Amino acid sequence: MSTTTTTLLVIFGLAAGTYAFRVAGVLLRDRLVLPERLRHLLPIAATTLLAALVATAVFTESGRVALGLARPVGVLVGAVLAWRRAPFVLVVVAAAATAALLRLAGLP
Amino acid sequence: MGSTERADGAVRDTALLRDALAIGAAAGVIGLSFGAIAVAGGLPLWAPVLMSLVVFAGGSQFLAVAFVAASPVAAVLGGILVNARHLPFGLAVGGSVGDTLGARLLGSHLLIDESTAFALAQRDPARSRRAFWAVGIAIFLTWNIGTVAGALLGGAVGDPAVYGLDAAFPAGLLALLMASLKDRPTRYAALAGAAIAVLTTPLLPAGLPVLVALAGVGAALLVPTPRPRTAAAADPERETV
Repeated sequence: MSTTTTTLLVIFGLAAGTYAFRVAGVLLRDRLVLPERLRHLLPIAATTLLAALVATAVFTESGRVALGLARPVGVLVGAVLAWRRAPFVLVVVAAAATAALLRLAGLP
Repeated sequence: MGSTERADGAVRDTALLRDALAIGAAAGVIGLSFGAIAVAGGLPLWAPVLMSLVVFAGGSQFLAVAFVAASPVAAVLGGILVNARHLPFGLAVGGSVGDTLGARLLGSHLLIDESTAFALAQRDPARSRRAFWAVGIAIFLTWNIGTVAGALLGGAVGDPAVYGLDAAFPAGLLALLMASLKDRPTRYAALAGAAIAVLTTPLLPAGLPVLVALAGVGAALLVPTPRPRTAAAADPERETV
């Protein structure tokens, strides 16, 4: 099999699998008859997944726990601003700027 | 009064558009580095460009590009595993995607972490839908433009960590979760899930730690749903139900 064919198969295989998960959730939402108690857990589940993504993005790197400081401190600054109801744009920019400046100063 | 409400709504929509453009700009820079890394790894220019269009899920794309030469099967299965979280995302915010089948089929492709988080952060269903589409479209455009530019520029693109973008994304998501986290059961579930994901990362393949974090939802069940005390006091009948 040529490299081009392999690459195309990888791209479309991944695209199909990804879209299947996406569309399954969206279309199942109405077909699925869930008791109110379980339905109430769906946004909690989504929030938990997103929180897990945030935590792994902050504290891990290529499959291991990351011990750097610049990124966690940057995110912490953003989190405090978000807690104080700062505008979203400011949260994102302040987090990035803090991490970038700490790295510039030589912190890991 | 009607006009004030409309004016308020317009102000909030402007803010929403601004937020969508901000997160879109950041995604564009990550897309730039994705395109550059893919081409630097030996892929032809069209490969990352096509991938960004039809896959449109950053984490899995970086993983697939890293594995495509050594093990194409691992690239596909690993990437799909990373994207399995989209199913519960769809279950949670599917109502914000659209009413017609066409809108749902098209909107499903825009279901990503950021559009989910923006949709979850809105209480009003109509606003939730606008947020979902605004963020989905903004990031789809910037992610793909960034990928093309990165693939063309190649090695000239630096590491986005230099600009602190690796801190920008988690901070942005966290800001969007802040309102949901005020609810105690949700907060417990999120904290438990975050801890599970970080602790299992060294043990499990990419994508799985975030999925097993779903076990954290159990923590929400341990917290008794706080009964609205004032309502119960005002309405003693409730006690008998």
